[in-house]
Amino acid sequence: MSSEAQIVSSEAQTTASEAPVAAPETKSMSIIVTKGSLDWAYPPFILATTAAAMGLPVTMFFTFYGLPLLLKKLDLQLTAAGNPAMKMPMMGAHMGLPNILTAIPGVDAACSKMMKNLMEKKGVASIEDLRELAIEADVRIIACQMTMDLFEYSLDDMIEGPELGGAATYIECATQADINLFI
Amino acid sequence: MADQTLDAKGLNCPLPILKARKALKDVPAGGTLEILATDPGSVADFEAFCRQTGNELVEQSQDDKVYRFIIKNTAA
Repeated sequence: MSSEAQIVSSEAQTTASEAPVAAPETKSMSIIVTKGSLDWAYPPFILATTAAAMGLPVTMFFTFYGLPLLLKKLDLQLTAAGNPAMKMPMMGAHMGLPNILTAIPGVDAACSKMMKNLMEKKGVASIEDLRELAIEADVRIIACQMTMDLFEYSLDDMIEGPELGGAATYIECATQADINLFI
Repeated sequence: MADQTLDAKGLNCPLPILKARKALKDVPAGGTLEILATDPGSVADFEAFCRQTGNELVEQSQDDKVYRFIIKNTAA
């Protein structure tokens, strides 16, 4: 064997050992998480934890307003402003809130509190719990470096587990994933 | 009679699935897990979960508002 051929074969081995360890038929999923309100935090965490439970390797990329979902202490809020679909069950009816009332101080906090109470009553997991389950299930968590700089966060502000990455890190992951979601 | 039972009553999507996944890890290969749930969505979800993971949904029944599933740990 020539020395050139040996170099080629050793490079091929390195590449193979760095490839993700997964059976060829294993599907994988990635999610870009861009929103950090109480209501928008649910879909990415529900889908990530469920996909992981179904055996899919999952990557979550947290960017812009999604990034604060990785902060150690969460106090997620929602707003009824501009959301005509937000109607909560109340005394047998469904009540929405006219936009103008959502501007009154304390209204968003009250809506958030009501939503959290409703979720607890209906057995819906908290975002904190789902996040914990995602980490337990080895979901790969990437914090967007640019957003970290932009909003002046450091990894010390975040829960244990996130790695830092940028657009290229995500794209590399997305090219290998079967399901890529933007939420 | 299943080897283990998971009470997921009162829990909503996706918790019954997530807890079942965890519980299945403690069930030996070929063993069975019984799950009790009140989430009506769990019927379709456990079917999909079993198809995807290769575990066998051995039994499925409903008693009033409680859904009962028996899953056999047949995944590799």
